[in-house]
Amino acid sequence: MSVTGPKLQPTLFELSGPGRAAGRRIPAPPADALDRLPSDSRRAVPAALPEVDEQSLVRHYVNLSQLNWGVDTGFYPLGSCTMKYNPKVNEWAARLPGFAGLHPLAPDETAQGTLELLWELERDLAEISGMDAVTLQPAAGAQGELTGILLVRAYHRARGDLERTEVLIPDSAHGTNPATASMAGFRTVNIASAPDGGVDLEAFRAALGPRTAAIMITNPSTLGLFERHIVELLEMVHAAGALAYMDGANLNAILGRFRPGEAGFDVMHFNVHKTFATPHGGGGPGAGPVGVLAPLIPFLPAPRVLREPDGTFRLERPGERPASIGRMRGHVGNVGILVRAWAYIRAHGADGLREVSDDAVLAANYLRGRLEADGAWEIPFAGPCAHEFIASGTALKRATGVRTLDVAKRLIDKGYHPPTIYFPHTVDEAMLIEPTETERLETLDAFADALLEIAREAHETPELVTSAPHSAPVRRLDEATAARQPNLRWRAATPAERSSAG
Amino acid sequence: MVYGPHTPDDRSRMLAALGIGSVDELFEVIPTSVRARPMHLPPGLTELDLMARLRTLAGHNRVDLASFLGAGVYRHHLPPVVDQILLRGEYYTAYTPYQPEISQGTLQTIYEYQSLLAELTGLDVVSASHYDGATATAEAALMTCRATRRERVLVSRGVHPQSRQTLETYFAGANLTFDEVPLIADGPAAGTTDLAALGRLLADPERPIGGVIAAQPNLLGLLEPMAEIGRLAHAAGALFVAVVEPVSLAVLAPPSAYEADIAAGEGQPLGIPPQYGGPYLGILACRDSLIRQIPGRLIGMTSDADGRRAYVMTMRAREQDIRREKAASNICTNQALCALAAAVYVAALGPGGLRDVAATGAARAAELAAALDDAGAPRLHTGPYLNEFAIRVPDAVAVHRRLLHRGILAGIPLAELEPGDASLAEGLLVCATESTTAEEIELFAWALRDELGSRPGVPAGSIGEGSR
Repeated sequence: MSVTGPKLQPTLFELSGPGRAAGRRIPAPPADALDRLPSDSRRAVPAALPEVDEQSLVRHYVNLSQLNWGVDTGFYPLGSCTMKYNPKVNEWAARLPGFAGLHPLAPDETAQGTLELLWELERDLAEISGMDAVTLQPAAGAQGELTGILLVRAYHRARGDLERTEVLIPDSAHGTNPATASMAGFRTVNIASAPDGGVDLEAFRAALGPRTAAIMITNPSTLGLFERHIVELLEMVHAAGALAYMDGANLNAILGRFRPGEAGFDVMHFNVHKTFATPHGGGGPGAGPVGVLAPLIPFLPAPRVLREPDGTFRLERPGERPASIGRMRGHVGNVGILVRAWAYIRAHGADGLREVSDDAVLAANYLRGRLEADGAWEIPFAGPCAHEFIASGTALKRATGVRTLDVAKRLIDKGYHPPTIYFPHTVDEAMLIEPTETERLETLDAFADALLEIAREAHETPELVTSAPHSAPVRRLDEATAARQPNLRWRAATPAERSSAG
Repeated sequence: MVYGPHTPDDRSRMLAALGIGSVDELFEVIPTSVRARPMHLPPGLTELDLMARLRTLAGHNRVDLASFLGAGVYRHHLPPVVDQILLRGEYYTAYTPYQPEISQGTLQTIYEYQSLLAELTGLDVVSASHYDGATATAEAALMTCRATRRERVLVSRGVHPQSRQTLETYFAGANLTFDEVPLIADGPAAGTTDLAALGRLLADPERPIGGVIAAQPNLLGLLEPMAEIGRLAHAAGALFVAVVEPVSLAVLAPPSAYEADIAAGEGQPLGIPPQYGGPYLGILACRDSLIRQIPGRLIGMTSDADGRRAYVMTMRAREQDIRREKAASNICTNQALCALAAAVYVAALGPGGLRDVAATGAARAAELAAALDDAGAPRLHTGPYLNEFAIRVPDAVAVHRRLLHRGILAGIPLAELEPGDASLAEGLLVCATESTTAEEIELFAWALRDELGSRPGVPAGSIGEGSR
């Protein structure tokens, strides 16, 4: 395999040369520093790590970065991921030495600034969601889900209700929901959606019963629709003695408009890397705080952040709250991410946050309207949408053979990150498009134009679309071989391989 | 709009295109009975005021003290090149590389991370990252049960208590059980895993064990007989999980050398600031034979349609978005940017540099041990250690508090870390790294000597008592 495209890079290991390792970073240790260790505990053969000078290292990473698409590069309408602008002041904030340099086992009195910020953030998230309390511990949305469902489990058990072994989940849910239910020891019952994309009340009614521990609902749904029967659904769930979990992945659509706790959801998670603009980091880190109504507070993960009567802050001590489900991870959370979320919320205030959702929903509806007006794309669900919407390429595929996957790859040529595709699984040839509130009107128009142009290309020059991308750093990948013969780590070529290659 | 572009005119144009008069109409689908009452939050701050408030809060943390805190999170020299790379927007504002054609930067850097950690651990399969050391340890324990179809694991009490507590939470959800293997209380092997107790627990035919988990170095900084623990585990048909500290792997035997099947660990020491607990990096690695059991993303090398080398997420059938309730884990968002930090850090130091970091920490720790011993606080254990160890201090918690008032973070009272263990009640767990200065060691030793009253003529607590 060659490494020939512009910016494509050999691996760090291929850049390595003996003695090239960058600079003198720390004083050399005494020669006998390790002599006191028993020889059988020591490494016999040095690890074959690359030796690269700092300039080559920087060029390697800078050139590789230019093979990436990020929100800072351009439009990234990846549905259900809320790829909004990540404010730079938040990066500055998280790097303040007082925040970044604080050891997690530092005594409370030396951590008052961070503890105060976390305490405030818990309260802000509770106010935004209408919940009674929030834990900041979960490291990501999926861990927030696990936390929430373990809270549900603890709640039922504390009441002596051991028969509730099932979690009801609509078929349009994110895959983390059923995976979470399994991790928490529950059986998943999949509930088909109604034809209008919403929850099927009758299907839920039929499935709810004394075995139901909880329902997990994403609201607005992964179809970009606010659940219009939410009041009836919540009544039905509570009447059955079950709890209602809200997946907060789509909170960016409802800030200031719908507060899940106030409406009757018992527990929810937030994705701060979506709603509160903390960076997605190429896959993470994020944070997944969980909000609960009062009956679940005793079970929240430990330790919580407490405020003493004298106004100082401290962490809960081990064993202080025996009903807790315990610890979800080390220490108190992804604090560096939570600092950014706090900064985002405090920069906005209540009016600013409501405006975020207003603009996100307005932009999504505008873009949806542009596509619907042209007719090239099916918009399967009647409007209005929330902060994202589904477009389907079923008719296009039938007419031209061009699949949504091809359309996505062609969008790359046009200068856009593709939307989420083939999700939710309930819609054929789905594209889930989420423009967010931070994209200019010109960008929304240009993106709509590009999608309509691709639809025309699919009719006129389908091979142009099916062979896309043409302008990306690499073309489509051989994913089958990657899975069949996994190459998950670099191995230096043996001398025999080198001579045959030469 | 604080960070958005829309002017009132833009909004009017969008509303007009939709044929509506107000954005409120887009929210009419929300039933009236559950529409939100106004939120009560502090008013939005300008950037100037926001920065001032953040500076004030950060200033209320004390990061200027002489710190000997460790227990899995270590203060290291951070080469500035690491953060310069992390600040590339192309990396940190991207998401999961679902579209590999425009994600080769993320994909190759994570492949390189996997390769670097494979070199350090000696294990061929490295996950693209987990949340932190505690959750990686819990996932490793779950892996052993899946792979062996057994429902019980053994965890040494030399594994960090927060990792054991996290494992407990995860196991409760999975309806699995675990037992703790005690540490030896006294004698030359004090503070390390009790092999006789381990042997007894493994011998119970009614309770087949799926995995044995031990840490190297362990919670108390001591080196464990990992090869022997591994042999006992394997003889009982269990898998062996090594919880490792990655910098130490530059000088200590890698998990492959003592036949570990899985390695888990906290990656924070690899270029990630302490930041009060996260985001960190969960390291999880395993032998080839366990590849279908490892949770989390894996990046593989492949080729594109033109035969160029390229990278892609692979073995996806283990993951939640494909397998849903049958997935190996629910993990989705991971700690990719922290894995990038670790890769840049390791590459920036190179093999010699990483070895120097580990060896200098060991040398500083020996100086610290000698100075504290001289001040009247001998080591609590006698076995070999790398850069962290416990000292014996009468009334350790009170002395720790008094030293704090003298500007010294005198490690971690073991009575707080392991409240149930009487043999550790007088222990302070202290560490040194290459960042620990001779002056800090001298200050700690001097103040401790003074507190312990072992310096003739100066009564305990007479200097600086209560000052900050």
